[in-house]
Amino acid sequence: MKKLIVLLLALVMVFSMVACGEKPVETEEPTEASTETEEVTDAETEAPEVAEEGKVLNIYCWNEEFQTRFKTFYEDAGKVPEGVTINWVITPNENNAYQNKLDEALLAQADAADDDKIDLFLIEADYALKYVNTDYTLDVINEVGLTEEDVADMYQYTKDICTADGKLKGVSWQACPAGVIYRRSIAKEVIGSDDPADVQAALADWDKFDAVAADAKEKGYFMVSGYDDDYRVFSNNISEPWVTDDKITIDPSVKRWVEQTKLYTDNGYNNKASLWSAEQWAGAKDDGTVMTYFGPGWFFDFCLMPNCLADSEGEAEVGNGSYGDWGIVKGPQGFFWGGTWVCAAAGTDNVSLVKDIMYTLTCDVDTLTSITETYNDFTNNVPAMEAFAADENFGSDFLGGQNFVSVLLDSAQSISMENIGPYDQGMTEEFQKAFKDYFDGVVDEETAYENFYTAIMEKYPNLSK
Amino acid sequence: MKTQTSYKRRRSVSYAKWGYFFIAPFFIIYFTFQLIPLLSTFYNSFFESYRVGLTQVGPNFVGFQNYVQILTESELPRFAANTFILWIIGFIPQILVAMALALIFTSYRLNIKGQGIFKTVIYMPNLIMASAFSMLFFALFSDQGPVNILLVSTGIIDEPFRFLSNTNATRGLIASMNYLMWFGNTTILLMAGIMGIDQNLFEAAEVDGASSVNVFFRVTLPLLAPILIYVLITSMIGGIQMFDVPQILTNGNGNPDRTSMTMIMYLNKHLASKNYGLAGVVSVLIFIVTGIFSVFVYRSLTKSSREEKKIINKKYKVKRKGGSYGY
Repeated sequence: MKKLIVLLLALVMVFSMVACGEKPVETEEPTEASTETEEVTDAETEAPEVAEEGKVLNIYCWNEEFQTRFKTFYEDAGKVPEGVTINWVITPNENNAYQNKLDEALLAQADAADDDKIDLFLIEADYALKYVNTDYTLDVINEVGLTEEDVADMYQYTKDICTADGKLKGVSWQACPAGVIYRRSIAKEVIGSDDPADVQAALADWDKFDAVAADAKEKGYFMVSGYDDDYRVFSNNISEPWVTDDKITIDPSVKRWVEQTKLYTDNGYNNKASLWSAEQWAGAKDDGTVMTYFGPGWFFDFCLMPNCLADSEGEAEVGNGSYGDWGIVKGPQGFFWGGTWVCAAAGTDNVSLVKDIMYTLTCDVDTLTSITETYNDFTNNVPAMEAFAADENFGSDFLGGQNFVSVLLDSAQSISMENIGPYDQGMTEEFQKAFKDYFDGVVDEETAYENFYTAIMEKYPNLSK
Repeated sequence: MKTQTSYKRRRSVSYAKWGYFFIAPFFIIYFTFQLIPLLSTFYNSFFESYRVGLTQVGPNFVGFQNYVQILTESELPRFAANTFILWIIGFIPQILVAMALALIFTSYRLNIKGQGIFKTVIYMPNLIMASAFSMLFFALFSDQGPVNILLVSTGIIDEPFRFLSNTNATRGLIASMNYLMWFGNTTILLMAGIMGIDQNLFEAAEVDGASSVNVFFRVTLPLLAPILIYVLITSMIGGIQMFDVPQILTNGNGNPDRTSMTMIMYLNKHLASKNYGLAGVVSVLIFIVTGIFSVFVYRSLTKSSREEKKIINKKYKVKRKGGSYGY
């Protein structure tokens, strides 16, 4: 009996050692060369190693937003060539895990096997410059094969953000003008009306916003759910970049955010929730008491909407939780938040497939129109958005039938990318972290600034105060 | 003069070399995976080397500049204090409860039944992965988590208590997790130690009329000293290197205000920018501190046996000088 047990244990150990050698993704047998013969000529103007298209397309991203759009508009439309497997490498953003993985893959690109080479990756506005300013991204027009015409209808700022030395390095399917998303039923009680025009008048500038916050508190509601909800409004409207010549500057606009949030926390106008936490969304549910959230299309479609439902398995429709009880206005200041850009990795072996994906999902007006209708994204096509804004019948059920495109349209045109820099992501994260302690009353303002500088110089050792 | 009997000419088979073969694998693995990285860490700490975005800065030789920077400008002493506090408030309950449980389980008078089950249950928290345990506590003690809901609904407190925004509460949680994970292990060790004490000593003490307290302090404790010191030194080394529990609970920040940031968490912060220079310095300093503590504890552990050796050596020298006793 004992010998049997010992034998079993030994076998288990041996098998567990052998099992981890299995490859999870198996590449399919190469059949014919892919069907895109007419685009091979385009590809040949690029680096010499791209003679024949690879069989595995490696896409790096951090969540499933792009994947769902890709599946609906590319895969299900039958556009993936024969014999090509799409390999999704999804690493969440937590603790910088996504960028770490992406960086390692990009730095190893030259020595990687063709099937392991990263082909397409997604980046966010906050750290776009980190990749765009390097040679690891391909020039979308000269090296990948899109034309000036293809990208002509895009919002200028989405092109500016990914342009380095005059070369466009990334394209996006969304523009992300953002506004104030308010809870209609609470607005009726506090402001007296849930009509967007009235709400906008009541929230037209920050002083009015503060006044409404006081009213909301009296009636038992929170104006915002936590500390970081409206951070982006202030950080977008800075008048000079965070870092000049490796020296950090903290803009007055950001300092205004600190003052406002401290005031709100002390007076109880916010629920002290952290961004993306369960507490933040608790305020949006049926019995939630938070009046406003700040964000763009992806925020209320991908983040707020699923979390406001009472029954998460059920249909997303009026009656399920607070679905339909929301509206959107521009708010005190226009701003944008994030956005996802698609970049081609240098050294990719699937250039024409990458070009086709980029074209279909970011330039093709039909796809973009469908994306807006299905996912409530504010897509990256000026004429299409203007058409939606003018369309009286277009509205979002989640927003009680409101046409959000018309609300956000002029914000989209006025977004400026002048003051962005490659350190923005680190700045945003560390600033919010350092000041959370100040708002919680654990440290005073001086110490919070000191902590911020310490943390940011650990992250970017080349910077100084 | 007596000639020394020559024992050398006797032929004997030496199996000594097989001993070397058997210990060789350990030394080879130690050499490759521990010694070489250790030396290269020392080496790297003299260079300025980090990565900003995708561009690599360095390695540039800067001598002791990194050391100066860490020792003067950084808050490493504060984090060392944090580490010590987190360790000690977990360790003291751990050792007290483990001692109490060990005494209870090994007591003949109480004669607890079902000891096997108890021992299994108290050992089980040790098997949980520290990171899963921390995630669990994070969810339990969050602002609107189960614990807060329970406290508010039973009326113990009016508003949810924000555990993770309070210095003492966060430290308390980390210490509790460490305590829960390790007290089972300590209990088992102490039980083994107590059961190894000769029963005759206890009987002799009882015959002499010692009370239980006296028995504990005069008989049990001194004879448990080696095990206690072993527990102390392993717990201390683990405490100096405490990382997984506070890292996961506070999401790498040691909040609030870095009051729960340990030295290794600080080292990890530098690794975020692949700063092998500064991270190397922190590693070296931790190594030195651990080394000093270990030597100190080792010397006090072996103090009695070293003193015995000294006495024997003295006797031997006296005998050699004084005349031959046929050694």
